[in-house]
Amino acid sequence: MVTLLEFLVAALLVIGGVFGIVGSFGLIKLNDPMSRLHAPTKATTLGVGGVLLASMLHAAAFEKYFSFHELMITLFLFLTAPITANFIAKVHIHRQETRDTMPEAGGDDHWATHDTPEDEQRRQAAPTPPADE
Amino acid sequence: MIGSAATFAFGCFALAMLMNLWKVVTAPNVADRILALDTMFINAIALMVLYGLALGTEIFFEAAMIIAMLGFVSTVAYARFILRGNIIE
Repeated sequence: MVTLLEFLVAALLVIGGVFGIVGSFGLIKLNDPMSRLHAPTKATTLGVGGVLLASMLHAAAFEKYFSFHELMITLFLFLTAPITANFIAKVHIHRQETRDTMPEAGGDDHWATHDTPEDEQRRQAAPTPPADE
Repeated sequence: MIGSAATFAFGCFALAMLMNLWKVVTAPNVADRILALDTMFINAIALMVLYGLALGTEIFFEAAMIIAMLGFVSTVAYARFILRGNIIE
């Protein structure tokens, strides 16, 4: 039983480490900024997740205390990772792209990061569209 | 077995952090630099938790939690500064 738990903790640690290094290697290796956003998500979810699960299992099995702190960290990372990725993508759109290089935004408007004062005036002059009921 | 696995994971995350540092130095633009710094925070959390596991204490979980919060706040503040030229408007 102890051997099985040891094996499980060791396997989780190895999986976490491998995914952590893969995430950071992808950050160097991929050559498109938008696909570079994709690589560190593996380090966030599987890398840190594996290490946190291993730590929790280790504490419960060998250290005679049980803690939920790790689950809190995992939850926090899962909540904040999409927000961070959205902000970084917006920075990329703002700095590296122009209005012409971006695909159509859909509707009758364009990408909000490329707004100009003229757009603001045009939007205020136009009648407000009917709200969706 | 756990000891060697922890050593392996330590090596992996240390190497990952070095790669991130390399990316921070050589990044072609600001978005990549913010992304590399954010990944560095993630790897720091993993290293902190690993250190707590290796020593058998739970005192490092709080430190990892604080690093996670600071990482999120600083990444958002950096991105917001690039986007708006201001953090709190």
